[in-house]
Amino acid sequence: MARLANWLRLAAMMVVSAMLAVTTFSAAAGVDLPKLEKGKGDKCVEDTQYMRKNHMDLLKHQRDDTMRRGIRTTKHSLKQCVECHASSNTGSVASSKEDFCAACHSYASVKLDCWDCHATKPGVKPIKQGSTGQTSNARSTLSSSPLLASGMNGGVK
Amino acid sequence: MNDTVENKVEERRNFLKTGAVVAAATVAPGVLMYGVAHSRAPEEAASGNVRWGMLIDSSKCGDGCNDCVTACNTENGLSGETGPQDTQYIRKLDIKDLRNGRVHSLPMLCQHCENPPCVDVCPTGASMKRADGIVLVDRHICIGCRYCMMACPYKARSFVHEPLTDQNPEVPRGKGCVESCTFCVQRVDRDENPACVDACNSNGHMAMLFGDLNDPQSPVSLAMQTQPSTEVRADLRLNTGVRYQGI
Repeated sequence: MARLANWLRLAAMMVVSAMLAVTTFSAAAGVDLPKLEKGKGDKCVEDTQYMRKNHMDLLKHQRDDTMRRGIRTTKHSLKQCVECHASSNTGSVASSKEDFCAACHSYASVKLDCWDCHATKPGVKPIKQGSTGQTSNARSTLSSSPLLASGMNGGVK
Repeated sequence: MNDTVENKVEERRNFLKTGAVVAAATVAPGVLMYGVAHSRAPEEAASGNVRWGMLIDSSKCGDGCNDCVTACNTENGLSGETGPQDTQYIRKLDIKDLRNGRVHSLPMLCQHCENPPCVDVCPTGASMKRADGIVLVDRHICIGCRYCMMACPYKARSFVHEPLTDQNPEVPRGKGCVESCTFCVQRVDRDENPACVDACNSNGHMAMLFGDLNDPQSPVSLAMQTQPSTEVRADLRLNTGVRYQGI
């Protein structure tokens, strides 16, 4: 009888420790990695791993070339990133947490202020002055993105 | 010792020879320079051989016509409001000669000076003149101090006070930065006229001419060679890129 009780105690301890191990393991894995929507086209302008590590440097280099010297190649331009990576849902790269830029940046908790000035959607033309009701409707459906984006990345302006 | 000296002489000779060849090669396209200056490849930097400029004939400028301003607002995504805190890249001014009461109207915009006071005073280097004479604000490093706004004799610059949304992808702009007319640099870089000039031409006033001031054959240079034109505040000797007729 005593032997059975011992055996039961051992079994109970094993079960408990197994459960503990499972919880600690899942805590160590952290939150899920961001799921990114695949961009347009076959592949990115550079290797994916390279882009993950170096996209900010490419963008900064391109920004100075374009802004200061008038070089307008599209390969590493922010506008071109937006063209390919705008979400099929929101049409933007940073208006919801699932969008391409926002997904990783909120995961890594890195605030980016590109979208304070730059458009998050491709090819949105500004609305004409004194526009008709139809165009102002178009405007309201397009509104939101940059503000939402910076708010979401922890930036209160 | 002698050997190295001779080597050096030889190197120098070679250098001069290559130099001559390079010079010959560059002179030939140089002849064509004026012809090709307006179509620049995307990977090619803006060239100091070009100086963009504008000639505005205020006598052709329509009274009450605001098409240049509207086109500018559309192109650059401006609100079109004209309050003290609203951005205006181009404004229509009504000018009255107090001696005889003659009133006429003209557009005022960034004059794209050769010696821009805004660039002089900028503490960060954000206010800059591009090689082809277009004066711009690099918003990436503008700290919004607004010294340039105070320095500009033409009141051409504006400050963005409120957060913006729905910018034109080609014209990024945002809160906390100073901005002004860019000669629609995004259009100029793809060989188009600024939006105001196109609007003025398409409504038939043809009051604005845009082109390369360094090219003696460009329409704007030809007009300046044959007709008198004035700089606004020529006394400041800023050598403005925008010139006026009829003022």
